[in-house]
Amino acid sequence: MKSNAMKFIAATAFLIALSGCAARSAILPGEEPPMHTVSEFRDDENVSRTSDPWEGLNKGIYKFNYEADRFVLLPLVAGYETVVPGFARTGVSNFFSNLREIRTFYNCVFQAKGKKSMVTLGRFLTNSTIGIGGLFDPATALGMRREVEDFDRTLETWGVGNGPYLVLPILGPNTARSAGGFAVDAGVRWATMSAVDPFGGTGARTAIEEGVTGLETVDLRHRETFRYYDSDYPFEYYMVRYLFTQERELKILR
Amino acid sequence: MERIRKYIMVGLLLLLPTGALAEEARYAYPLEDSYAATILGAPKNLRSESPGKVPIKTLTLETDRDKPEAFFYDRGLRYTVAFQDHKAPLVFLIAGTGGGSKTGKMLALTGSLYRAGYHVVGLPSPTFPNFIIDASTTHVPGNLPDDAADLYRVMEQIWARTRGQIEVSDFLLAGYSLGGTEAAFVMKLDEEKKAFGFRRAMMINPAISLYNSVARIEGLLDRIPGGPRRIGAFYNRVMEKVTDFYRKGDFVAVDDDFLFAGYNAHLLSPDEGGGIIGVSFRISSAGMIFTSDVMTHGGYIVPRNRELKNGDSLQDYFWTSLHISFLDYFDEYFFPYFRNKRPGLTRDALIEELSLRSIESYLASTDKVGVVTNEDDFILAPGDLDYLRRIFGTRLKVYPRGGHLGNLEYRDNMAFLIDRLGSSAW
Repeated sequence: MKSNAMKFIAATAFLIALSGCAARSAILPGEEPPMHTVSEFRDDENVSRTSDPWEGLNKGIYKFNYEADRFVLLPLVAGYETVVPGFARTGVSNFFSNLREIRTFYNCVFQAKGKKSMVTLGRFLTNSTIGIGGLFDPATALGMRREVEDFDRTLETWGVGNGPYLVLPILGPNTARSAGGFAVDAGVRWATMSAVDPFGGTGARTAIEEGVTGLETVDLRHRETFRYYDSDYPFEYYMVRYLFTQERELKILR
Repeated sequence: MERIRKYIMVGLLLLLPTGALAEEARYAYPLEDSYAATILGAPKNLRSESPGKVPIKTLTLETDRDKPEAFFYDRGLRYTVAFQDHKAPLVFLIAGTGGGSKTGKMLALTGSLYRAGYHVVGLPSPTFPNFIIDASTTHVPGNLPDDAADLYRVMEQIWARTRGQIEVSDFLLAGYSLGGTEAAFVMKLDEEKKAFGFRRAMMINPAISLYNSVARIEGLLDRIPGGPRRIGAFYNRVMEKVTDFYRKGDFVAVDDDFLFAGYNAHLLSPDEGGGIIGVSFRISSAGMIFTSDVMTHGGYIVPRNRELKNGDSLQDYFWTSLHISFLDYFDEYFFPYFRNKRPGLTRDALIEELSLRSIESYLASTDKVGVVTNEDDFILAPGDLDYLRRIFGTRLKVYPRGGHLGNLEYRDNMAFLIDRLGSSAW
């Protein structure tokens, strides 16, 4: 599993090396220096401590995500919200949340969090049965709180550092570690699906699986209110990066 | 007979001298500290009731301007509307410094006015990057007569594309903070152009003099350790305190409950509260300075002849513009720009132009413009309140507390605003 993450990180690093996006900032030949430059204000303490050596590439993907949102995802989400009634959308959200309990469960086990893993297992069993395959969430009503764990958190408890900031296509702000963690969780899910093979008898396994993945993507975007460049603030990229890091730190505190 | 007279006497005694006191005692906006009020606003349970959905839509006024690649995502001026399905008065709202048409305050005003039966059109502040790029004639915001003319043109364009869709009985105007000051200039312009014939305008916590108000906000940063050059260090200290408080308490999220708990625990000193307001102003002004500089090729923080590409790092420009005081921006960029256009213009004359005093005779003689503000609004200089009382008389309402806009969403304030926009007397 670890090698999977390493491969992903290596591939990403390779892409970045190829892209060769160097940040321009110093005065280039033929340029007139502006009245104020950052060198006057270096004595103040930096606010952002996020390492972002791949900024050029990240901003490229940030822009890609904006365009993908604009031309593909948001129109899909708008259609989804028009066509599918609210209670059904909640059912869809519950269904995918229930599937993600598996991810939380094995990551709790990896992190030796006994109580959390038992609660998560209880939630999964309750919602899969009484909750009709996860469409409803009776477990929360029964007092079993939803925990969220992923391989990123597992890597953290294993002492792996955050790594640089990395904006992923469609998925958005990440760190190298959370991107690796995502790849591992996706791999586990793929392996589980292959082993269980729920659509094997239908003769259209690939099509159904792609449909399910598509629906999950639309569901995730539907539940996320963030819109790229919606702030109209020219430094939005840096604000998002800072808030992303801040939010991760607060989550860890909980 | 005697008894009745006694009663009347007692009643008069009770009423006469205590009228003002009674009003003050009744005013139940809870936050005494003006900085805390400004940061926290009104607690959720004290805001006006919000039944029903408000059909708020964001629309774009297309512009065909060639934009620098750095602003590739900007596709025109964005404004918000909430329209009734029947004939109603239409209110144009102008946001405060650095604000777009969807800030929390704009959405609150839009929602309340819509529920009170108005059509609403929300406009970004002329200092908002999107406005600087798409709607500003000079791309250098802050010159109130120019900004008012730009706002007026935008309103005319919006009305031209809207008039077939809704039925409007008459037009009203409101703005908060700098948007309030701009509303006064727009009203004066409307008296000449008469495109709308605004029946009434409300200025909410306006600045009297833009320069003086900004100087007072900038002054809040003089009281942080190390002064304005150390805003980064200051911000980090405050965030550490807040994070620590969050970690030790049993909070579920960074929400209203958490913030008010911090207030009740006196987490921040008044100087720190003021510093946070100063930093938040700098964040707005950084976006404004950078956008204006790129649009005019002003050579202020970006090399004059550099065309920024999307992949270029803007981090150093961000850091630089955060550290530039608005007062330096005024002296080094803003004033030279306008002196260049109008030789002979002096600094003092320009400062005077950016003040309600420059349109004082209009404001004193019209009965269409009203003001709501607070006793403890720190953007007002000493003497400003007396000035407002003298010019606006009964058209002025002063609340005993609320800081700068802290009580805007408080239910009494919202009800008063709606009442004043609708009534024909003051």
